[in-house]
Amino acid sequence: MPGVDHLFERMVHEHKDRVFAASLAMTGNRHDAEDVAQDTFIRAYRALATYSPERIRDLKERAWLHRITVNVVRNRVRGVKPRLVELNGSESDHSAGPEAKAMEHMQIDELATRVADLPIRYREAVVLRHVRDLSYAEVAEALGQPVGTVKANVHRGLKLLRGDDHDRVDD
Amino acid sequence: MIALTTDLKRLGAVNAPPGFADRVLAQVGMADSYAPFETVLGTVYVAWNRLGVSAAARSNSAEEFEAWFRKDVGRQVMRAEAPRNLAGKIQDELNGKRRMRFDLRGLTPFEQAVLRKTRQIPRGEVRPYGWVAREIGHPAAVRAVGTALANNPIPYFIPCHRVVRTDGQIGNYGGGGPEAKRAILTLEGVRLKRLQDMARGGFRYQGVRTTKIFCFPTCYTGRHALEKNIVWLHDEASARAAGFRPCKVCRPAAVVA
Repeated sequence: MPGVDHLFERMVHEHKDRVFAASLAMTGNRHDAEDVAQDTFIRAYRALATYSPERIRDLKERAWLHRITVNVVRNRVRGVKPRLVELNGSESDHSAGPEAKAMEHMQIDELATRVADLPIRYREAVVLRHVRDLSYAEVAEALGQPVGTVKANVHRGLKLLRGDDHDRVDD
Repeated sequence: MIALTTDLKRLGAVNAPPGFADRVLAQVGMADSYAPFETVLGTVYVAWNRLGVSAAARSNSAEEFEAWFRKDVGRQVMRAEAPRNLAGKIQDELNGKRRMRFDLRGLTPFEQAVLRKTRQIPRGEVRPYGWVAREIGHPAAVRAVGTALANNPIPYFIPCHRVVRTDGQIGNYGGGGPEAKRAILTLEGVRLKRLQDMARGGFRYQGVRTTKIFCFPTCYTGRHALEKNIVWLHDEASARAAGFRPCKVCRPAAVVA
C-alpha cells in the first residue's frame, strides 16, 4: 500500500523528535529510548496497514502516537537487559560537542533518569503534560483516563520530582 | 517550581539521534540497504531489507543504482556493508541448496507466481516460457510470463535466465542482454549448441528408450542415459504415441494422475 507508506514516512519525519523525547523521559536513557521510539513507529506502521481510509483520515496523529509509546513502555518488563545494539550504526549520539552542550546533555539525561524513576502512572502523566506539553484533554485521551485523574497524577508526579513526597499515594 | 517545569520542557525538546528515521523505515521494510557484489556478470548492485533481497541491477555506479532504485522501487536506499555470507548464500540459492528470502512486494500476484516458479528451475537446466505459464495455472499467458520475467527486479538471483524460447532462440534477458544470458547458462552447464540443434529440427523433448520417459532436453534425470538410447521427440502427442510418458520431475506435459 504505497499510500500508507507515504503517510508513514511523513509521520516518522514529523514526529520522530517528539516521540524520542517522550521515550527518553519515560525510560531514562537514550538506548532504551531509541528502542521504545522505534517500537512505537513499528507498531504504528503495522496498525496503519489494518486501518480503513476513514480511520486514517480522522487519526489524531500526535495523541495516537503517544498512546502507542505509553503502551510500549507499559509492556516492557522492567529491568530486562537492553537488547544488543544493532550493527547498522545505531549508537547514540555521544559525539562530544562543545563543553556547554555536553553539560546540558548530561543535565537533561540526569533529569530523564529522575523522571523515569517515577511510578508509571505519574510518569506517563508528567511526561505527556510537561515534557511533551500536551493539554490535559490530550493527555487524558492518550492515556485513556479521565481528566481529573490525569491532573491529580501530574500534580503528584511533580511533587515527587521535587523530592516532596509527603502526600504520595503508594503504587 | 518554575525551574522544574522549564527543565521538563527542555527535556521535551530533545531530538532523535541521527539516522533514527532511516532505521525506523528500514525496520518496517520501507528503506533498503545495498552493496556492490561481484558476479560473472560483473559488478551487480544488490539491495535488501528485513524481508530479503529486494533488487539487483548492473549499474555503472552507486549513484546510478541509487537513483534507479528510488525511482523504480520507490523506497529510500542506503549504502551498507554487505552481509559477509552473501556470496555463499547466492551460490547456494543458484545451486538450489538453500533458499534465500526475497522481497517481492510491489509485484502483482501473477508476477510473484512467475518468479517463484522460475526459482524452482534447477541449475544447468532451462524451461520454455510456456512451461512456466502452465505450471502456475495460466497456460495461455505465455506472453505475460515473458513480460513478468523481463521485469524481474532481481535478475540472476531469481534465475530468469533459465527460461528460454521453445524455438531454440535464447530470448531476451533483462540482466544484460542475450549475450549475458548465454554466458550464465554456459557457465551453469547448459549445452546450448545441442539445444539449438534440437530446436532447429523442431524437437522439443527427448525420450529415453529404456525407461519410456520423455523429458525436457536439459532435465537432469535424462543425463545418465546412453546416447544410443536417447530419441528426440517433436511434441507430446508423438511422444505418447511412441509409448513415452512425461517425466514427473521436469513435467514436460501435464502429468495425468
